[in-house]
Amino acid sequence: MIQVSRRRFIKNAGGAGIALWLGINVRGTTIITTNIVESGNFTPYILVESGGGITIFNTKPEMGQGTFQSIPAIIAEEFEVSLEQVSIKNTNGEKPFGNRQRAGGSSSIRTNYTDLRKVGASAKEVFIKAASARWQVEAYDCYAENGKVIHKPTDRTFAYGELVADASKLELPKEPKLKDPKDFKILGKMAKRPDVPLKTNGSVQFGIDVQVPGMLYATVARSPVIGGTMKSFDASEAMKIPGVEKVVPVERIMGRYHSVGVAVIANSYWTALKARKTLKIEWDNKGYENFNTEEYEKHLHELSNEEGLIDKNIGSVDSLNLPLANTIEAFYETPMVAHHTLEPMNCVAQVRGDQVEIWTSTQVPSSITGNGENDVHKYIGFTPDNIKLHSTFIGGGLGRRLNVDYVIEAVGIAKNVSQPVKVVWSREDTTELGPYRPMTFSQLKGGFSEEGKLISFQHKVISPSFQEAMTPGFDIKKVDGTMVEGIGEQAYEIPNLKTSYVRADFHVPVAAWRSVTSSTLAFCHECFIDELAHKANKDPMNFRLELLSKPSDLKRVLLKTRDFSRWDDPLPKNRGRGMAQWEFFAGLCAQVVEVTVQPDHSIKVDKVFAVIDLGEVVNPDNVKNQVEGAVVMALGAAIKPGITIKDGKCMQHNFYDSPLIRIHEVPEVEVLILAEGGKVKGVGEPGLPAFAPALANAIFAVTGNRIRKMPFDLKKV
Amino acid sequence: MISLNVNQKTYQVDVDPNMPLLWVIRDIIGLTGTKYGCGVAQCGACTVHLNGEAVRSCVTKVSRAGGQKIVTIEGLSENNDHPAQLAWQQIDVPQCGYCHSGQLMSAAVLLRENPNPTDEDIDEAMSGNICRCGTYLRIRKAIHIAAEIQKTKNNTGQIKNAVSRVEI
Repeated sequence: MIQVSRRRFIKNAGGAGIALWLGINVRGTTIITTNIVESGNFTPYILVESGGGITIFNTKPEMGQGTFQSIPAIIAEEFEVSLEQVSIKNTNGEKPFGNRQRAGGSSSIRTNYTDLRKVGASAKEVFIKAASARWQVEAYDCYAENGKVIHKPTDRTFAYGELVADASKLELPKEPKLKDPKDFKILGKMAKRPDVPLKTNGSVQFGIDVQVPGMLYATVARSPVIGGTMKSFDASEAMKIPGVEKVVPVERIMGRYHSVGVAVIANSYWTALKARKTLKIEWDNKGYENFNTEEYEKHLHELSNEEGLIDKNIGSVDSLNLPLANTIEAFYETPMVAHHTLEPMNCVAQVRGDQVEIWTSTQVPSSITGNGENDVHKYIGFTPDNIKLHSTFIGGGLGRRLNVDYVIEAVGIAKNVSQPVKVVWSREDTTELGPYRPMTFSQLKGGFSEEGKLISFQHKVISPSFQEAMTPGFDIKKVDGTMVEGIGEQAYEIPNLKTSYVRADFHVPVAAWRSVTSSTLAFCHECFIDELAHKANKDPMNFRLELLSKPSDLKRVLLKTRDFSRWDDPLPKNRGRGMAQWEFFAGLCAQVVEVTVQPDHSIKVDKVFAVIDLGEVVNPDNVKNQVEGAVVMALGAAIKPGITIKDGKCMQHNFYDSPLIRIHEVPEVEVLILAEGGKVKGVGEPGLPAFAPALANAIFAVTGNRIRKMPFDLKKV
Repeated sequence: MISLNVNQKTYQVDVDPNMPLLWVIRDIIGLTGTKYGCGVAQCGACTVHLNGEAVRSCVTKVSRAGGQKIVTIEGLSENNDHPAQLAWQQIDVPQCGYCHSGQLMSAAVLLRENPNPTDEDIDEAMSGNICRCGTYLRIRKAIHIAAEIQKTKNNTGQIKNAVSRVEI
């Protein structure tokens, strides 16, 4: 369906007149646009065929965040087509679709909103121009609607498909006129997501559902000691089991982590699993069999005495010499957690000579095909022209599928046989082997002037480093900016501010987890702001607003939050509320959480008010769904056990010992969306960070117990 | 050979009788709507109907299902129009969608056994199904909507009209 060669695109676009591709930055054909993106490949988004078909391409893999609708919706709005009359196709990392075929960092809309509108608007103007030329009328007497150009004075119409040949000879306008938002028919409305019906009858295809004729199945035994690798193996028992084809060593590569496991290839997954149990493997565990997170966390405490690397140092925190009575200090701890995407890791691969074909759920299609922003494809071992990818719907990404270790491994296995092979990680494999969100520890200090004004704030983060883990050769003498994410950039006006980072060595694979380090640092930072408010005897909302004298997005959001949550209304004696906010690379959301102390002294989370600031909104109902889900994920990370390691092994295996939130535990959630123009912000992640601190602050408000460590047990606070 | 009746079709499968029904349905019969999530009856993604009861196919040996009536998500309705499916579509419940085959199969049994479930009834019946995207509030709401659709359908057989009348 999608042609992967650029030459073919151009032929279609300029020559044959059977189909017209419209997109960003077309060069070397009769269609030239350099106005939208000045450099890079031609990135087509629209295909109009003379037979009438209109296709819009989605370059951002759909993992539940809604891009299968939102990317086409922005284009369709300006192109004047309805989403019902176009087919939407996900791209597969092909070169012509550019190097940003990836979904992560809540970036899909916030970094593309205006560009995508321009794509649709340019395309519409070309078709209007083509129609007006055919009719020999003025273009300003024509308009477009529902995939047609209409000549207003005479009501004559041309469908876009009828104008393909004419339009292909025209130039795309350099500065298309964008619609007035008040005329939007799609954007900002509650449109049904087109992928939903596929998800109610089992017809949607995730990576794990791919079936290729003649396909074999594989499972991999990997060292239960994290960091360990295979020394030798004996597969003689496994080979006796009918249906077992081959047992082969295979490498898993993820950033700086390399290890070798043993793959069983069989005629069914069940047979492969049975045979795996009979393998005799000697592991080289490299001394990691003595590693315990309990000891490691003591080490992190000790590291907090180090000065660390300075991230930000504004004013003169170190020379203020405030009297002890005017200062407070606190230490916060957060755990490792697993991603627990419900679709376990999996990948189908088939190797034919120097060619490989891959079917998988991934957040980074263009990285796998070698057309992306990094070079991880080199571990797949094929040149980009020889890698063909089928990128499927994703049963949960959450950052886990930004990594391609499971793809590299599957290709490594497929090299041993001529048939396609489906590699499926069991739930235990997916839980026990990482990567995990790393633990972060925070040392916080605050100081007041004699007048009671907060004048000094320090936040030191002690943790392993993402960049060291994922970027071999990363200079550890530099601050890993992802580990101090957001803490130096909060809008609070504090004259003396210091943020710093102490790196801790760690051999366990770590990776971004939805909202990355903000998912832990916001807890520490915003609970400590709450501590400072109480030290100053001020209402936590007023305390924050007093730190925001200048206009800012945060100030606007907090003022709305105060009203939306009815912050100033009194609550009964056994109820309490707490608040927090977090502004970071992905966006901005503030939350108020209300809790009740039950007769048995346990805490019930009653209600969450979330105010998310977006600038522009595509589908408000989807935004609500995302924030509701983010609250649930944040609640789980706050109150359920994290990942721990003992004797080198992950102590959690499946959902019975690494539990997730279930339906009876979910609080009511009310969401207010702010879309008032300004900077376009993200949706997928911003709903997470503010929840845990708002909950802990609510528990303090009603019980007086200050929680400084996640996870916490709602039965025992 | 084990004879299986899945969605009113009969299949003869030549597999290890201990193989979980889940893998037979997915890998042998080729119906992939039923999902693997945990393999130990913890998440509910693999829920199917065995003689009308919701069971976790990941822990059900295929030998136990021989000759019984099995319904998977593909057989829940012919046109994606079981009241629960209609309700799910009406308020866009799913996000990634991976768990929802199992959610719908559990919800369908609840709605048959209890046509007017309360929030508590729903929580009890659905607590075996994990949704990592956290769409639980919508699942609860959709089941209430489905209960209304089911009533109207039973009374008039006019499903489509019911959908537009339901307050959400």
